[in-house]
Amino acid sequence: MRTPPVLHELQVGSALPELVKPPIERIQLVKYAGASGDFNRIHVEEGFATAAGYQSVFAHGMLSMAFLGELCARVCGGPGPVRELKVRFKAITWPGDVITCGGTVTAIEPVGDGASAARRIKVSLWCKNQAGEVTCEGSAELAA
Amino acid sequence: MAAPIDPRFVGKASAPLEVDVERGQIRRFAEAIGDADPIYRDEAAARAAGYPAIPAPPTFATSLRPNDVREGIDIDWKKLLHAEQSYRFARPLLAGDRITLVQRIAAIYEKAGKSGVMDFIVMETTGHDAGGALVYTATSTVVIKR
Repeated sequence: MRTPPVLHELQVGSALPELVKPPIERIQLVKYAGASGDFNRIHVEEGFATAAGYQSVFAHGMLSMAFLGELCARVCGGPGPVRELKVRFKAITWPGDVITCGGTVTAIEPVGDGASAARRIKVSLWCKNQAGEVTCEGSAELAA
Repeated sequence: MAAPIDPRFVGKASAPLEVDVERGQIRRFAEAIGDADPIYRDEAAARAAGYPAIPAPPTFATSLRPNDVREGIDIDWKKLLHAEQSYRFARPLLAGDRITLVQRIAAIYEKAGKSGVMDFIVMETTGHDAGGALVYTATSTVVIKR
């Protein structure tokens, strides 16, 4: 079943409905490596990660960005209206971490001369782990 | 200690690479990220949502790998981290798209941080469709601890 989009209900200051992802599993990192083509060993080979000074393998930053993409697509009812997605990675996501994604509408602007009903909705975005630590933050522009 | 990244690489571009967006690849990507939306798996669901074909999730663009412009640059991969990523889309990628990828080095700079000097490389990848229209631009910033 698809989540109904809330894009047209959003106002400046609206919080986006939060997306809570299941705990990160090592097998998910293997799947993500295969699906994305990012085979950096640090995400899948324990020995490589520990030799590099990390406690274990850890999630691709892009996996968290994908979660934010999922949040935006849910809000819009699909990926089509997502015009821009930007993320800054802040903290490492480890296996077992539970990532919650959310955001807030920062601006709603008319597109072009403003004569049409087209609007651009700007949102700020974040991912937090179970400890409340922000693991990445960013922004998006959604066409409405 | 690793050497700084030579700034003369700025402007370097990879050889264009043509890739096909396949529906199985979109489904596997959606599965890997745990996005259960049927529009990424089922053509009827995609059409019902107004798409001419199965669309790709926004960050699926990362799985379209250009020829790596960092080829030939000496990088210590153990010390490399992804710092920032952005996408600008003219439209979503769709199953059946044939995309031409070119990656360029947009910037190389160094910054002093708490744990010493770090090198930054900014790479920009463009994806054009078979009709020559720009579908998306991806910008990646990676940081390498020296």
